[in-house]
Amino acid sequence: MTDQHYNFAYLDEQTKRMIRRALLKAVALPGYQVPFASREMPMPYGWGTGGVQVTAATLTPDDTLKVIDQGADDTTNAVSIRKFFERTAGVATTTATAEASVIQTRHRIPEEDLTEDQILVYQVPIPEPLRFLEPRETETRKMHALEEYGAMHVKLYEDISRHGHIATAYAYPVKVEERYVMDPSPIPKFDNPKLESRALQLFGAGREHRIYALPPHTKAVSLDFDDHPFDPSKAPHPCGLCGAETSYLDEIITDDRGGRLFACSDTDFCARRRAAGHVGPALEAAL
Amino acid sequence: MYVAVKGGERAIENAHDWLAEERRGDRDVAELTVAQIREQLALAVNRVMAEGSLYDPDLAALAIKQARGDLIEAVFLIRAYRTTLPRFGYTAPVDTGAMRCDRRISATYKDLPGGQVLGPTFDYTHRLIDFKLAADGQAPEVRPAREGAAEPVPHVTGFLNAEGLIETAGDDGDAPGDLTREPLELPADRALRLQALARADEGFTLGMAYSTQRGYGRTHAFVGELRIGAVAVEMEVPELGFSIEIGEVVLTECETVNQFKGSKTEPPQFTRGYGLVFGQSERKAISMSLVDRALRWEELGEDDTGAPAQDAEFVLYHGDNIQATGFLEHIKLPHYVDFQSELELIRKLRREAVEAVPEAAE
Repeated sequence: MTDQHYNFAYLDEQTKRMIRRALLKAVALPGYQVPFASREMPMPYGWGTGGVQVTAATLTPDDTLKVIDQGADDTTNAVSIRKFFERTAGVATTTATAEASVIQTRHRIPEEDLTEDQILVYQVPIPEPLRFLEPRETETRKMHALEEYGAMHVKLYEDISRHGHIATAYAYPVKVEERYVMDPSPIPKFDNPKLESRALQLFGAGREHRIYALPPHTKAVSLDFDDHPFDPSKAPHPCGLCGAETSYLDEIITDDRGGRLFACSDTDFCARRRAAGHVGPALEAAL
Repeated sequence: MYVAVKGGERAIENAHDWLAEERRGDRDVAELTVAQIREQLALAVNRVMAEGSLYDPDLAALAIKQARGDLIEAVFLIRAYRTTLPRFGYTAPVDTGAMRCDRRISATYKDLPGGQVLGPTFDYTHRLIDFKLAADGQAPEVRPAREGAAEPVPHVTGFLNAEGLIETAGDDGDAPGDLTREPLELPADRALRLQALARADEGFTLGMAYSTQRGYGRTHAFVGELRIGAVAVEMEVPELGFSIEIGEVVLTECETVNQFKGSKTEPPQFTRGYGLVFGQSERKAISMSLVDRALRWEELGEDDTGAPAQDAEFVLYHGDNIQATGFLEHIKLPHYVDFQSELELIRKLRREAVEAVPEAAE
């Protein structure tokens, strides 16, 4: 049931037009952070206001929306955002990745390959990949303009000299079409290879007033060194529930004696595999 | 056996129900009305209007009730509501010189045209808990003289300006930007900075202002004038071709007089800091004018001492409590995907470290 007190998808048409303009610019300049006049939304900054605004400006009444947080459809904030659009846009919602035309996500890319007909909307907390090297926006904008990314490579090199590895496990920076260094939002680096996708990917940072995009088939290369190639690692286990060997896993503490279960973070992917008859070691032991 | 964390939806509904019950509190105690909040917690209402950037005492009072007295939460409700309101146009600048002052004081002159009008202030109260308020809650028997300034009173800085002792605060004729419609881009001009400060968190602004008093970007401020009262809001209606009064708002205005050494091109002159806030919000208005003045160091040819209050990017990016509280509190949201990737990494690093120095593991 749509809430009649608000415009379709909450935002007024003027605001949506402003956001769409920013989106068009973002698509034209892949990886470039476009400033936009982010609005206050009825959920707090940091809880997906950027993603929500992008989704609101993207949705049409015929769309089917899926919302995930940490890969799961049933985490509290995903439930909250899905309900928001059910109420204000009245669009169909789904948990099935393949059935969604718009997917809003926090911290994950679905395991299942996306298609040309899908849009993936990311919630972004800190859009600036250089922020923790240089806190000033005036400086980082200059660094992007001049393609001055030496500081980032120095940081990665220092990681290697100190730890033997690049010590960034999530929000791992990528270079887009050999131009802009971009923060893919805090997805685990395991997801980075999936950034090169057939789907349109839109990134919204509400509190920081920035929108950026990866159009379909855009090259997004994770930063690395020849002798320390990028390694999209994950826990070295199969999913305890569905037995998948290639999916990203959550680690769940099951008792106070060190018992652990590793299970797919993508709940739709996992449920689908189980429905198809796959059984993981933990489920097998319980049967 | 592990059961997947399902039922987020039910949990949210239960939490909302519980919240509503806690909001109501003990049902043997009479429920608070919005009018009571508006009338008896007026300073809280003022703060919510100021930081919510929406002048509507009834709505602010309702927000305070809904937020269980959490003022930042109430500001948030107002801001979220405000974004959905259509923008009809912009009013003419309000004339604070024509303000009907309830309070008007100057710390720079003992007496002056228009006089010192104390108005309803805590300033000279002794901060002793008044147990009589708990006992009967009655208004004082003697009705006080409620008398503000009878006539519009001149601005104190005008006297200084007549002598050329203070910089002229001219209108550059440029239409000010609108933070709520355009993304903040740096460097921000003074109008935009003042706009950001007017809706900034009172506590943050106070802390920033206080730091300038303690030497971090010192500007030697005097309160030239502080005035509180109602001003008419006028708007030009295109069909009429002239402006008409559409209502009035209560404002607090603070003008500080600050030292300035002068430069090669300009003789020594006092400089200004400015604060303007919805409602009676003195602490905020004074804080705002101190921070405004500190942020003007570059334009006035002063040294950048590296003080936080001189750093426009620092102040403007961190003063908004709705942005700050949202981002701060979002770390309550699940982060187990990121945490998992860190777990894998730290296990790997530790494994390698232990293998490299076996005895270190003992």
